[in-house]
Amino acid sequence: MTGARIPAVVVADIRKSYGELKAVDGVSFTVAEGEFFGILGPNGAGKTTTLEIVEGLRKPDGGQVTLLGEQPWPRNPKLLPRIGVQLQASSFFEKLTAREQLQTFGSLYGVSRRKADEMLELVGLTDKADVQENKLSGGQRQRLSIACALVHDPDLVFLDEPTAALDPQARRNLWDVLRAIQARGKTIVYTTHYLDEAEILCDRVAIMDRGRILAMDAPATLVRGLDAPTHVVLQKGLLTREAARGITGVDDAQEDEVSLTISTRKPAPVLSALAERGTLDGLQVRTATLEDVFLDLTGREYRA
Amino acid sequence: MTAFRSLSAAMIKGFLRDKMTLFFVFLFPLMFLVVFGLLLGDSGSDKTKIAAVGDGPVLTTLEQTGAIELEKHGDVASARQKVDDGDLPAAVVVSGDRVELIYAASDQVAAGTVLGIVSGVVDKINLGAANVAPRFTLETKSVEDASLKPIQYLTPGILSWAISISGVFGAALTMVSWRKKQVLRRIRLAPVSTTTVLTSRVLVSIGTAVAQGVAFVAVALLPVFGLKLTGQWYLALPLLVLGTTAFFAVGMLVGAFCKTEEAASGAANIIIMPMAFLSGTFFPVENAPPWLQTVSNVFPLRHMNDGMLDVLVRGKGVEALLVPSAVLIAFTLVVGFIAARIFRWED
Ligand SMILES: Nc1ncnc2c1ncn2[C@@H]1O[C@H](COP(=O)(O)OP(=O)(O)OP(=O)(O)O)[C@@H](O)[C@H]1O
Ligand SMILES: [Mg+2]
Repeated sequence: MTGARIPAVVVADIRKSYGELKAVDGVSFTVAEGEFFGILGPNGAGKTTTLEIVEGLRKPDGGQVTLLGEQPWPRNPKLLPRIGVQLQASSFFEKLTAREQLQTFGSLYGVSRRKADEMLELVGLTDKADVQENKLSGGQRQRLSIACALVHDPDLVFLDEPTAALDPQARRNLWDVLRAIQARGKTIVYTTHYLDEAEILCDRVAIMDRGRILAMDAPATLVRGLDAPTHVVLQKGLLTREAARGITGVDDAQEDEVSLTISTRKPAPVLSALAERGTLDGLQVRTATLEDVFLDLTGREYRA
Repeated sequence: MTAFRSLSAAMIKGFLRDKMTLFFVFLFPLMFLVVFGLLLGDSGSDKTKIAAVGDGPVLTTLEQTGAIELEKHGDVASARQKVDDGDLPAAVVVSGDRVELIYAASDQVAAGTVLGIVSGVVDKINLGAANVAPRFTLETKSVEDASLKPIQYLTPGILSWAISISGVFGAALTMVSWRKKQVLRRIRLAPVSTTTVLTSRVLVSIGTAVAQGVAFVAVALLPVFGLKLTGQWYLALPLLVLGTTAFFAVGMLVGAFCKTEEAASGAANIIIMPMAFLSGTFFPVENAPPWLQTVSNVFPLRHMNDGMLDVLVRGKGVEALLVPSAVLIAFTLVVGFIAARIFRWED
């Protein structure tokens, strides 16, 4: 069952302008079936516009989109039951409880009402089943919105910033949910501001800025390609800056109020040298992350 | 559960849980019905009350005419006082064979009425007493005329108005809020046809209209208001349905133009208020100047009102439905078509 499979998503050179502004400026990517694909980028990068064109909610000015072998635009009823979408702004029926929202959305896909409770359980909202949507907290609403996107068990899931507004615990729970969905062979395309999260979840990420994809690969590959130094962080006072600079393999050392940060491209000998000096207490090692990739690609600090 | 049923259920729940909407759809128009019904309740009975002293066949016959109500007084002075004070338009004093009528000169119309009735009665009794067969006989027959007791025109009028409120507001607010809250976009991504979504919403509006009809007629039937329905009242049902679709179409048009709920409410009010006044909701449209009656023909509410009056209280049959139904259907089609053309899924 390999090789012959058609890709879940094929996007070829899509474009969308709002007046002068090129919101999406020639974006192309392919997502294989079963893949977890992330789109990253700062506010206004064009993530939502890209996603909505791919979902068939917006007509691109140019370019081609194919989902599971079908065209999403114009509205394609054959494709709709197979895709699940969570919009960036949550969309709910007025005055309905969490359970009723799920039942109503489910019924649009011919899903039985019993499925609603299962979905509430999945996103940890069982105790909020009878609470009206407008009385849920932001994060709870977000989780409900995700549950609504998944209620009909779609093959291809699009989530626009599903982890925004979630507390750390809920975020981790959602990671488990998403991994479980992927484990069942589903394809997930999602956007996020959290680079660390994308690194953990995604098979591949596309980094977007100003309507274009700047880089696209597995997170680890992107980080490796960067050839960025590893940072070793020590408590201040254990070692002077000069002494640190004297260690073989250290490129640089910087001090602030609480810590001393050593940059190195040969972390192994540096760490053993530090061990010899007995300065390993409270030591942290930070290797390059997607954040560094972003900084490297855009020349700007990444601010979510 | 089919998409159709669950969408309808979702909308009904949303409707029932919104106190504000419930108020404007049921209580607000009912308040008008109650207030106008009570205020205007007596103006329909035109019995003239006069003071009376003494007794005898003249007074009994006067009471039997049904046009005069007698207020008995023991002596002439107190009866006379009533007329002097302007409380009663006239006093009739009977002593033996003498009938004396004292009337106030200020109210010529009332005086004329009383004078005519009293002299008619006296003449009739004189004829009887003289044992003369009358040469001319007068036969009378009462017909349902165009003028109605207030509750008879208020009920169909206020009911039609209430249905226009629920139809226009229902469609417009659902559309605007669903577009604003992205429910429309979300529905667009689900394998459900727009016809299903639309018909389920229309059906909810029709259900609301029927509920309004039952509630308003039930209140108007209470003895205090005294509505009398004709035998074929059920002919109002098709009008209820067609009126709802026409107003729903208007609401769709409003919803297509307006971006916020506030704007939609404002626009809906601007349409409904003048339409209600010119279509005979609060007073019979026959009382309006002719040019205004002509103008009011552009409103679907006017035609719904006419039809409702005819079948609910004027006792007309199916034929009275023809024109209003045709107008309402045409209105629904034309306005609905325009609304569909300018419909937007999102802002
Ligand atoms: N309907 C619209 N009309 C005009 N401009 C728009 C519209 N939608 C998006 N834009 C513009 O297009 C650009 C990309 O917007 P988009 O929503 O795709 O960004 P994003 O990457 O999703 O941002 P965020 O992280 O804030 O969600 C922005 O500059 C935005 O102002
Ligand atoms: Mg976005």
